Amino acid sequence: MELLIFYPLAGFCVLMGLGVIISSSPINSALSLIAMMMGLAGVFVLQQAHFLAILQIIVYAGAIMVLFMFVIMLLNLKSAEEDTWSIRPQNTYVSVLTGFLALGALYKIACVISQAKLDSPAAVPDDFGTVVRVGTTLFTDFVLPFEVASILLLAAMVGAVVLAKNKID
Amino acid sequence: MIDGIFQFIDENTYLLLGIIKAVVIASALLGVVPLLVWLERRLMGRFQVRLGPNRVGPYGLGQPISDSIKLLFKESIIQNSADKFLFHLAPVVVVFTAIVSFAVIPMTGPFELFGEKMGLWASNINSGILFVFAISGMGIYGMVLAGLSSNNKYSLMGGLRSSAQMISYELTLGLAALCVIVHTGSLNLVDMVERQNSWPNALNLLNPPLMIAFVLFFIAGIAETNRAPFDLPEAEQELVAGFHTEYTGMKFAMFFMGEYINMVTMSALITLMFLGGWNTYILPDWAIIGFVAFAFKVSFLLCVFIWLRSTFPRIRYDRLMTFGWKFLLPIAIVNLFLEAAIRVI
Amino acid sequence: MEHIPAPAIDFISLAPALILSVFGMLVLLMDLFAGKNKNLLVFASLVGLVLAGVSAFAPKALPVVSFGGSYVVDHLSVFFTLIFVFSSALTILLSIEYNPRNGIRAGEYYALILFCTVGMILLASATDLIMIFLGIEVVSICLYVLAGIKRGDVKSNEAALKYFLLGAFATGFLVYGMTLLYGATGTTKLAGIAEVIHSGQTNSDTLLLLGTVLLIIGFGFKVASVPFHMWAPDVYEGAPSPVTAFMAVGPKAAALVAFYRVFATAIPEIGTTWDTLLMVVAVATMVIGNFGAIVQTNIKRLLAYSSISHVGYLLIAIIARNSLGGSAIAYYMMAYAFMIFGTFGIVILLGEKNSENLEIKNYAGLGVKQPAIALCMTVFMLSLGGMPPFAGFIAKFYIFGAAIKEGYVVLVVIAVLNSVVSLYYYLKIVVLMYMKDSERELELSMGPITLAVVAIAVFGTIEMGLFPDPILQLTQ
Repeated sequence: MELLIFYPLAGFCVLMGLGVIISSSPINSALSLIAMMMGLAGVFVLQQAHFLAILQIIVYAGAIMVLFMFVIMLLNLKSAEEDTWSIRPQNTYVSVLTGFLALGALYKIACVISQAKLDSPAAVPDDFGTVVRVGTTLFTDFVLPFEVASILLLAAMVGAVVLAKNKID
Repeated sequence: MIDGIFQFIDENTYLLLGIIKAVVIASALLGVVPLLVWLERRLMGRFQVRLGPNRVGPYGLGQPISDSIKLLFKESIIQNSADKFLFHLAPVVVVFTAIVSFAVIPMTGPFELFGEKMGLWASNINSGILFVFAISGMGIYGMVLAGLSSNNKYSLMGGLRSSAQMISYELTLGLAALCVIVHTGSLNLVDMVERQNSWPNALNLLNPPLMIAFVLFFIAGIAETNRAPFDLPEAEQELVAGFHTEYTGMKFAMFFMGEYINMVTMSALITLMFLGGWNTYILPDWAIIGFVAFAFKVSFLLCVFIWLRSTFPRIRYDRLMTFGWKFLLPIAIVNLFLEAAIRVI
Repeated sequence: MEHIPAPAIDFISLAPALILSVFGMLVLLMDLFAGKNKNLLVFASLVGLVLAGVSAFAPKALPVVSFGGSYVVDHLSVFFTLIFVFSSALTILLSIEYNPRNGIRAGEYYALILFCTVGMILLASATDLIMIFLGIEVVSICLYVLAGIKRGDVKSNEAALKYFLLGAFATGFLVYGMTLLYGATGTTKLAGIAEVIHSGQTNSDTLLLLGTVLLIIGFGFKVASVPFHMWAPDVYEGAPSPVTAFMAVGPKAAALVAFYRVFATAIPEIGTTWDTLLMVVAVATMVIGNFGAIVQTNIKRLLAYSSISHVGYLLIAIIARNSLGGSAIAYYMMAYAFMIFGTFGIVILLGEKNSENLEIKNYAGLGVKQPAIALCMTVFMLSLGGMPPFAGFIAKFYIFGAAIKEGYVVLVVIAVLNSVVSLYYYLKIVVLMYMKDSERELELSMGPITLAVVAIAVFGTIEMGLFPDPILQLTQ
């Protein structure tokens, strides 16, 4: 039953991920990315991590992607600009070569993983994925990474302002 | 054969019950929209010392029905320069997210029916309030997409304004809600109401930091639903009709459905979080009375929404941003600290 | 309502990072009121760095393990903290005269350097993959911005954008590698990973190997080793000179120490599987770095390639994966800090109001006009090339010693040959300074603070070369 939901969901995510790269208009790319986030949230729900799933939607699909769309609207990117992007022939060869390499690596991984004896999934505790549990973990076991992340975000924010601000002094 | 059906029903009660609930709530919501349109037009008439619609049916009650029939049969025009797929997608997103976010709103306390413990809600999930925020956050995309796909500068401006406005006020909304979450210690909407079950905890509204949170939440809520005086995305005088300038017929109506359903959801959230939900405090504790009390509170808030619309002039755009970021947000943050401090002490 | 137990926070071992974070925010706040004069910010930053350096010695009995084994303060991390604090302080000192001359007015510059130092300190002490990732991100994000802080300059913008795009891409590899490592062993703690591998209870050996390879790619980018080095010359050239010096020392040392910790403490048991790969990388890094440097005409690009080749030597210490290697890296980075900051001090001294004079031919005739500066430059060049009485020689000596102890003789021979090659381009500059006449008069901006930095660097380079023992003792 779980796999019955997982495979379509995962397939959807992969498709949408491909859509992000393939589609030529930035709007469609952004929309595919949003859809991919939603699919990912679905995968989280399947793993009993409800709180994370909702956060995934609020933070990524809700807040960050809206900013993406905002920028797209501000720049008003038109599909007419497509033809300025062209691929040099040398790059094509390199891309094809790397593509084959990546495929080979993927094939190897698939072979290995299909043979690997993975443990049966451990029993999930009752309060797994609840707000209380996630909060407790965040503030006890992972308190240091949590706080470091705040420094990271502060630095990123300051940096973005420094680079983007119209006038400095 | 019959036994098989019974067995199927027995095994999948939850699934079937869920489907029934979803259908009932969705159609009830859609039914509320024409009523609300009627209420708004009638009340606006009164506020402006005129009659409002009163020709079709008693008290003009037939007016919204005739309007919807008209809209249904209108030709749907799509201009050539529009992005067809996104143009169709936008109103769908608006209505869909509006209805889905109502799914976790409980309208009565839990009660027993046919031996099953249940309540009048489609789903009672643990982080209900976050779910509402998450899904209504998705609703922004409807407006953004409408603005983008119309290929029209007024639409684009409307889309830009709506996304900027909603992001800005979502923060205040979330922080105000966080006060209630801290107060309740749960993200579940039913828990939030049950926390207000009895004196002296009744009515979160009466608790000092939550009182400020209530005001903040209400203001941000108006901005989130794009209602006047924060209806910048569709400011008629400047932007024709904002993001839905190019829409006609039923697709145009769908934006309005979305807006009104969002209004109901917002009123319901305020009722649950601050006004004690279905609690009446004096009447007996029956589910039916609870539902009536809940409906009464929600309609009262809806009337306030309409009242505000006819009272305040539209705020200028830069003022809107300044107000949101430099006034509401700092207050919300300080207020949250205050509430947390009180909880700890 | 249940209460969450208060987490055990070891403030003493976190002290340097905490102090610097506080001072970073203070500098940000002070910038609001400081106006155009940034001297106050410089002063506050330096005070913060000094305090952080002092507080690094606060933990009494080393090593102190805290936060459930994800943070450790040992001799290595204390020494690296000193390197970081020292290099950040020198960067700020170099900026005092450089920044106004080159139109860098943002007060956030100093705050970003402090935050970057926080990231580096955390990185040096991290023994958990999550912490390592976060540390690397803090460092990288500050560097992206610092590289592009000369906003009017196209080269600086190019540097920032290139660094950011490639850096983000490399981070993807790093995180994926960490994920696979976690998937294979079920823990993110380095000690835990080592334990699982030791007991042979990994979920899948192939996942482990794949993770290792991806980690090599990720770390390889962060330390600029071949074939992930292409960003380095462009970024080094475009970034403001003090930032370039900073990048070549602090963040590189931080990435190296994390690299060392992961490979030498978490997965040394499968060392025979990854050391061949890393050996290829190390040799390629040395060869391409040195031969790339020979053809450069821009001093900053030359130093970029030379810094790539130095990474090649340092990788040898990681391949050796013994504790001697760790202290050799520490010693090397300290010596390297002196040499690089001295060299960049001279590069900055040579700059004029309108032109930074970054071409190597600008150094012609310096030996006649400014004999003292030319002498200092000669000292740095010889030391970078690994000539005996200076710090560079001793540093290389320790690294090669660590490798020979583990039997990597061929690798050491290649490295020695490479350092002979490197002498060619270092001596080219020396020859240019003494044997050629200058084409035009340079108006040197003899900033006293920059001169002081050069003097400190010369002293350090010679002192560490003549009396290596006290410093080496600190690293063990």
